[in-house]
Amino acid sequence: MATGFRPVSDARQRQMLHPQVQAWWAALDCGFAPVADVFEECLYEALTSFSKPQMEAYIEAARVIGKLGRGPEPLLAFLEEWPAVVAAIGGDQESILPEVMAAIRAMQKSPNSSSITPFLQTLAAVARRWPSADQLRVYIDVALDLMARTSGSIHGHHTTFPSPGLPELFRQAPHLASLASTAGLKNWAEYGIRNYADHPERQEDYFRLQSADSRAVLQRERHGTLFADVERKLDLYLRALWRDSDPLVPYSTAFDELRKPIPYYDKLGLRVPDVFDDFHGPGEPVSGLDRYRAVLAHMVGHRRWSRAQIADNWSPFQRMAVEFFEDCRIETLLIREYPGLRRIFLALHPHPRADACDPETTSCLRHRLAMISRALLDPAHGYSDPVLLDFVQRFHAALAVGESSTAEIAALALAYVTRTRRQSDQLAKLHFDDTVIDYRDDNRQLWQFIEQGDEEDAFDVERKLEPGEELKGLPPRHYPEWDSQSQTYRPDWVSVYEALHPSGDAAQIDRLLQKHAVLAKQLKRLLDLLKPQDRVRIRYQEDGSDLDLDTALRSLIDFKSGSTPDPRINMSHRTDGRDITVLLLLDLSESLNQKVGAGGTAGQTILELSQEAVSLLAWAIDCLGDSCAIAGFHSNTRHEVRYQHIKGFSERWDDTVKARLAAMEAGWSTRMGAALRHAGHYLAQRKADKKILLLLTDGEPADIDVSEPGHLRADAKKAVEELNTQGITTFCLSLDAKADEYVSEIFGKRWRVLDRIERLPETLPSLYLELTR
Amino acid sequence: MSDYRIHREPFYQPQGNEVTLFEAAYQARLPVMVKGPTGCGKSRFIEYMAWKLGKPLITVACNEDMTASDLVGRYLLDAGGTRWLDGPLTTAARIGAICYLDEIVEARQDTTVVIHPLTDHRRVLPLDKKGELIEAHPDFQLVISYNPGYQSLMKDLKQSTKQRFTAFDFDYPEAALETQIVARETGIDAAVATRLIKIGHVARNLKGHGLDEGVSTRLIVYAATLIRSGVEPRDACRMAMVRPITDDADIRETLDHAIDSTFV
Repeated sequence: MATGFRPVSDARQRQMLHPQVQAWWAALDCGFAPVADVFEECLYEALTSFSKPQMEAYIEAARVIGKLGRGPEPLLAFLEEWPAVVAAIGGDQESILPEVMAAIRAMQKSPNSSSITPFLQTLAAVARRWPSADQLRVYIDVALDLMARTSGSIHGHHTTFPSPGLPELFRQAPHLASLASTAGLKNWAEYGIRNYADHPERQEDYFRLQSADSRAVLQRERHGTLFADVERKLDLYLRALWRDSDPLVPYSTAFDELRKPIPYYDKLGLRVPDVFDDFHGPGEPVSGLDRYRAVLAHMVGHRRWSRAQIADNWSPFQRMAVEFFEDCRIETLLIREYPGLRRIFLALHPHPRADACDPETTSCLRHRLAMISRALLDPAHGYSDPVLLDFVQRFHAALAVGESSTAEIAALALAYVTRTRRQSDQLAKLHFDDTVIDYRDDNRQLWQFIEQGDEEDAFDVERKLEPGEELKGLPPRHYPEWDSQSQTYRPDWVSVYEALHPSGDAAQIDRLLQKHAVLAKQLKRLLDLLKPQDRVRIRYQEDGSDLDLDTALRSLIDFKSGSTPDPRINMSHRTDGRDITVLLLLDLSESLNQKVGAGGTAGQTILELSQEAVSLLAWAIDCLGDSCAIAGFHSNTRHEVRYQHIKGFSERWDDTVKARLAAMEAGWSTRMGAALRHAGHYLAQRKADKKILLLLTDGEPADIDVSEPGHLRADAKKAVEELNTQGITTFCLSLDAKADEYVSEIFGKRWRVLDRIERLPETLPSLYLELTR
Repeated sequence: MSDYRIHREPFYQPQGNEVTLFEAAYQARLPVMVKGPTGCGKSRFIEYMAWKLGKPLITVACNEDMTASDLVGRYLLDAGGTRWLDGPLTTAARIGAICYLDEIVEARQDTTVVIHPLTDHRRVLPLDKKGELIEAHPDFQLVISYNPGYQSLMKDLKQSTKQRFTAFDFDYPEAALETQIVARETGIDAAVATRLIKIGHVARNLKGHGLDEGVSTRLIVYAATLIRSGVEPRDACRMAMVRPITDDADIRETLDHAIDSTFV
């Protein structure tokens, strides 16, 4: 359009076809030619649903938007999208228009006015997913909250920089709306705001759904049945009902819009989507879990009964028909095995109308195949096409005796294709409605190709590790971290690497024990007292397993001499075993290298004292026969928490363990929560009446990548609570004289602060004995 | 003594040649151990053999609180003083019965040691408290049952105890045989029995994956009994075959699904 030749004001003079539209055009008072071009069309669409007052409000709002000074785009977006928005929420314009206008005004007043256009452009798509005024209101609130909290102010220049995340949020909004509820959106946005408020690039990545944690958080907020939640059930289902134990591998459905993967299986396992919404079709609803089961049953059926066919001589149409027929064959066999599956399959299987596709103009191949597929499974299909009925009958005849075979059914499918072929099957316009059966896999295992493609087989080259690069240690385990501000977990936030502690000189520990020989003797006495007496006799019982002859005789004498006899003449036994498992977790952070002040032990570092104390304790526990493990930890940001095994539960207190203990070194920081969780995961696997995690630390949790002081403390507290729910008692012995402020916050009542560190070697073993007495 | 006799033939469906083997062991008065998962028919087999051999059967269900005196006997108080009361093992040795110690691993190991002198060539039972030495009756035989499926390391027999017995290994019967057993025992229709067995196998597939033991033949018989008395099959299966064996919600749901898919 040659706007350059005409003054802009010319558009106001544009003639509309309808006089009423003309009046509204005048009311809009707009000089943009592109708007004038589409105005009439927009209004006709709006008129189909708007009442007169609604129409006036619509025009008035449009007038305001046109006067924002942002060019024609916001106005165009509004005029085009708004009727669809109102239609989506059921015509209730009055309740939502003021909110939208307020949001636009807020954006206009802030540096974020460029976001107005994307906001309006995606509003209709969002409204279709969240079709109520309340949901839209939450959406707008979330957006405004994001805007207010991420608009930049650097060095006191208030709100000078636009929010980097806001336009991205609007662009992603329709997609987000299809995946999550408004509450989910809120949590997801909240996470992004909190963690990336002062990091523009990362914030942008987050709201563009490009960063890994953005996807992880969103995954958590999705609606439907998440694979992660039902994985164990599905595993059990496969194993119990189908005796199949292949691993299940989820693929993401959220971020693969183009490929739209469907289930399949290969030698690595059964591939299933990571989430299934409940299915609400024309029939009865099917839960997400049942959809998973249908997918798995179908794939198991293929693995059990399908044989790969040579594909080279068949056309794509023929192959498609064979797939449909073979799918039906295995489903028939599955239903034979578990009749209840029919209900699920039929509820998920589309039921195309016989006349839905016009063979004159459209290729009806898929439609025909979906129809026969329905008919093969559903006795009450209601189709009357004689050819179809004939083939249904032939299919059932083939399956009447035994399982038939892929080859036999393929022959039947080919015959069906030949009988029903039409010229129009070649047409480019393909009928797709009601022909997608989404619980079936992609049948890649059904085909084998004799001739490979012409391309070089560069894809099959095995990937090798680079020479010289060896896999060291185990892959990391990821643990969440508690975020006390939002009261949520940050998913997979911390990486814990575990390894065996390197070894040193075992004799060193023996020397240490030698040094504390006197103390050891005292301990030994205590230990003997504590040692379990496995069977203890309980005397003087009225009821018991055995007659206690001594007391019985005494009673008898009493009785015979005329006084009241003591009726408690039985005895019984009780067992008095100790069933305790303890894990001693040592904080090996840098601060352990500090020297301890004056006194007899002057010059010793805390580390050395810890070594002595731990040796004594380990020896004592070994004497008692309790099962015990020792591990140390330190951290270097959330990406590297090291957890080192010094003694395993099944290891004896021998030279290998002593050697590891002797080599103990300190360094880095104290990320306590992750170490507690990891230690707890080992303890949880032990079978014991009492599980104790004894933590020896010299300071509060801290790490160099965390600036917020209370964060790791709150996380440690949460970790202790988690352990508590697993039946693990956590006890902390702190060497930090100033620890009182925080240890009680983290450990509740289960802690002790040691003021005189020099006494650690005596205190630690006796503390343990007290705890377990 | 006639209290301990078995007068009616118990239904027992042999799975192999165990009946002949047991008879041979009895002829030589060898102690017998019957191993196998719970509810697979161990006790029924012993009952059947006692009936077949025409010998009295004394059964003792062992438990953790059982002491040696519960087996051997103890002094009780009487008006005139103390009186000795024989325990089941002593009674069996005196009258020549088959003494069947059911689930022997449940008893504490020091308790089970009292059976040792009865199980070797001596065939005597010393009653130390009474100062008596009982020579076992020529018809006496000791049979124990034991479930090796327990995961617990604590619940195992001492080598010295194990080595005194000849042993049978029992397991749940084959599907066809089990169907026959369930149908015969409860009088249920064979088609329903087949489905019940199928659900039983579903649960047995989960052994070691959250279930310590699968559904036993006994539980299947319970379910069949319930169905026979008019309970809806799905409810009967849930009540008899799922709820007793697991508290794990995931497993329960999987088994429930199997039931719903089998009984439509």
